[in-house]
Amino acid sequence: MDAYTALQVVWFVLISILWLGYFLLEGFDFGVGMLIRAVAHDKEERRAVLHTIGPIWDGNEVWLLVAGGATFAAFPQWYATLFSGFYLALFLILVGLIVRNVSFEFWGKIDSDSWRSRWEWALIFGSFMPALLWGVGWANIVHGVPIDAHHEYTGTLFDLLNPYALLGGLATLTLFLTHGAIFLNLRTTGEIGKRAKRIAATVAPVTAVVGIAFLTWTVASHRGGVDAGSAILAAVSALALIAAAILADRNPARAFAATGAAILTFFLALFVDLFPHTMVSSTSSAFDMTLNVSASSSYTLTVMTVVAVLLVPVVLVYQAWTYWVFRHRVSAEDFGEVRTPLDLIDKARGEHPGERPPEPAGPGS
Amino acid sequence: MKGFTAMKWRSTEPSVAPVSSLELARWQFGITTLYHFIFVPVTIGLAICVAFFQTRWYRTGEEHWLRSTRFWGKLMLISFALGVATGIVQEFQFGMAWSNYSRFVGDIFGAPLAMEGLAAFFVESTFLGLWIFGWGRLSKRVHLACAWLVAGSTALSAFFILAANSWMQHPVGYKLEGGKAVLTDIGSVLFNSTALFAFAHTILAALLTAGMILIAVSAWHLRRGNETRVFGDAMRLGLPMVTIAAIVTVFVGHFNGILMSHQQPMKMAAADAVFETKKGAGLSLFATGDLKSNPGGLNRNIEIPQLLSWISTGYPNGEIKGINNLNREYQRKYGPGNYTPIVAIAYWTWRAMLGCAALMLLFGAYGWWLLHKGKLERSKRFLTFAVPAVALPFVASATGWLFTEMGRQPWAVFGLLKTNVANSPSVSAAEIWITLVGFTLLYGVLAAIAGRVFLKTVKKGPVEAGKAEEPGQELALAY
Ligand code: HDD
Ligand code: HEM
Ligand code: HEM
Repeated sequence: MDAYTALQVVWFVLISILWLGYFLLEGFDFGVGMLIRAVAHDKEERRAVLHTIGPIWDGNEVWLLVAGGATFAAFPQWYATLFSGFYLALFLILVGLIVRNVSFEFWGKIDSDSWRSRWEWALIFGSFMPALLWGVGWANIVHGVPIDAHHEYTGTLFDLLNPYALLGGLATLTLFLTHGAIFLNLRTTGEIGKRAKRIAATVAPVTAVVGIAFLTWTVASHRGGVDAGSAILAAVSALALIAAAILADRNPARAFAATGAAILTFFLALFVDLFPHTMVSSTSSAFDMTLNVSASSSYTLTVMTVVAVLLVPVVLVYQAWTYWVFRHRVSAEDFGEVRTPLDLIDKARGEHPGERPPEPAGPGS
Repeated sequence: MKGFTAMKWRSTEPSVAPVSSLELARWQFGITTLYHFIFVPVTIGLAICVAFFQTRWYRTGEEHWLRSTRFWGKLMLISFALGVATGIVQEFQFGMAWSNYSRFVGDIFGAPLAMEGLAAFFVESTFLGLWIFGWGRLSKRVHLACAWLVAGSTALSAFFILAANSWMQHPVGYKLEGGKAVLTDIGSVLFNSTALFAFAHTILAALLTAGMILIAVSAWHLRRGNETRVFGDAMRLGLPMVTIAAIVTVFVGHFNGILMSHQQPMKMAAADAVFETKKGAGLSLFATGDLKSNPGGLNRNIEIPQLLSWISTGYPNGEIKGINNLNREYQRKYGPGNYTPIVAIAYWTWRAMLGCAALMLLFGAYGWWLLHKGKLERSKRFLTFAVPAVALPFVASATGWLFTEMGRQPWAVFGLLKTNVANSPSVSAAEIWITLVGFTLLYGVLAAIAGRVFLKTVKKGPVEAGKAEEPGQELALAY
């Protein structure tokens, strides 16, 4: 039996793209979340920080949900083995994501400093956990975990916490931290931006060291010798990491492009390393799961391909549009005086009757 | 509670020593899903109401509509936040705790789940962000379109997930191959008769839920004479909405029930506690029996003669299949075993749902009549009663799901896969204990906080006419 069919490869690629989109976008959300107290010192500043990702974080998270759903639909055996095998690790990720989600929404709902600071810590915890654990998880998937002939995971949570995987976790953690710091530098003005820049300049070199160490280990330990494709991607990622470290306090726009490229090539190197498998068994290579073993029927894959071809471009268009609408830089001064839609409407009525209200309340302007 | 602890109802299995990982997984699924579904109907229903208020504002330019939009929008957002947070767990837990189930149904079940993400969640989350932060930034017309897109996509997400769930109630469009269900026709999965009814029923439930919230919150404020304009508007929307939705629910639910008695006759027989097949069966009003899956018969039963046959078949002398007869039929078909759900749970959850529906119908109609007579704001009795009455739709939804899901037992997928082989073999009871306790505690804390924030927002009411929102709260809608 072949290891894969064309349709299965299409879906492996699509699912990889979903994960890439997730890490590229949610990566800076995680970084911003972890840095909220470090870059912003008072209420107005922290509100400004929340506003940099406020309109987009939920849309970014959906990339993960769709990656999960698409794995269930296209590779149910992968979904079943992976999710039940990494049970407690996923639980920790879920706790992080839940806490993080509600902290965005609750932060401003009660006007008290202790209330807000509690949600800031929740946000930091909820961003830290997944930023670390996604790296641990993907390192394990690529490196192999104990799986038996029935495709059941036979290890425990502690088998997932091996040195290689922990290094992977540290790599994603620092990578997202840098990505987020540079993002904040780009998206804010004034003190917040300056502090974010300083942090980015400090963390970026560390990220480069950790990331390159992890990628080297990955390339060197590939089953059955070095995989050329994966090695080239890892090398590109290493260059991007170095570029980010150099650019972090010079040119935020280019630095952001560099961390973005580093994230994409980092995970691409992992996916190429994994292909044509979905799970690698450290027990015996006979138990490795190929695309073919993991996939659903070609009918289901065809149906899902049609759906994806129709919907994915539309999703990309309106998500890009959102980023365009909220492209303005945010600054703490925006939140000093009270400006609400009501003010704006009053103004619009008084000054230019019949016209649409002037530029925004809050962020931007 | 006794029903739950009496869950060792699979006579084919020796009653396993402490609590098995299977039972824990079931508790976990039930708790997390019912919790998710507290917020689901609130979000779906309120999103529609908010879009409606905003449309009124767009059309008339009157400020009270804007204040309504923002006030109810805040409540919707609190519910949305928790709906999203608990929804992520749902997306993952099939693989985590029910891996054999996922292996068996993945070919079919994953498709609507992935479509839900692509077609609904992306729209919902992106346009909600645009709606929250787009005040003053987007043109009024585009901003209004965002509100409707959010409302539409939450309803669409319900459609896909209910199509997935309905396949478990009534599997269609598949063949069995290599011990797995394989998809043969996506159209029949998405447009499964069961799914269409479940969708109609759930959207109506969401409208009822939102309507009852509009009424309860408005009643609380009207009793205190606050903001009669904004809350009068809400009453004028909520009361007809509840009354009409309740009436339509009775019809849709009735046909839903008839369909179900063809597809899953055991569930209906258990709901009515009919043990032996008979013609001209009476509708049981109050019955007691032994709390086990197949008690054989009832101890006490008060019934209205012939009514059940009449409702279920349309004829006073129509035949109603009994639990014991069905069980023997299934044993012949599927092999030895017990194919009966816990009768007491099916019976009482079914009655709780119907009871809530009846109460809401009466309540809505009475309120509508008071409104029509212009007496609503002076009717202390109605305004006081309206606050606790908000529990009714939540009880109805929870019992509706308990009935649907527990009434299907011992099957996870009706006729194809039993629940007791659907869980994850690689996950131990200890691991599920950790997550079960973890999720329950986390959800408990969140419920307390969300409840507090919700009540605070309710009590605060809408911003005063002509005034800006207080400093610190000015962007409360936007965090
Ligand atoms: C009848 C409707 C319905 C039902 C039965 C379910 N959900 Fe749900 N779900 C919704 C209706 C909904 C919604 C209305 O679309 C939510 C609720 C609040 C919200 O924000 O969206 C949502 C949110 C939501 C989210 C977060 C989406 C986001 O980030 O925007 C996920 C991942 C799921 N759900 C997944 C599930 C799964 C896997 C279910 C099966 C057990 C499930 N839901 C049952
Ligand atoms: C939000 C709506 C839902 C609610 C409130 C709900 C509720 C429940 C409850 C209370 C149980 C436990 C029954 C028992 O243990 O006897 C259960 C079981 C189950 N449900 Fe649902 N359910 C919902 C939606 C779904 C959906 C959409 C699916 C699949 C798409 C699903 C799949 C299952 C499975 C696999 C079980 C088996 C576990 C078991 O029997 O305990 N449920 N559900
Ligand atoms: C006379 C009124 C009602 C009737 C006849 C009715 C009938 C039904 C039936 C037959 C089912 C089971 C479907 C299945 O197992 O396949 C069901 C499920 C359900 N009911 Fe009701 N119902 C009524 C009122 C309500 C109300 C008022 C609510 C909530 C506000 C509600 C919420 C639900 C929910 C959430 C489910 C599970 C989802 C589903 O399967 O559709 N029901 N109902």
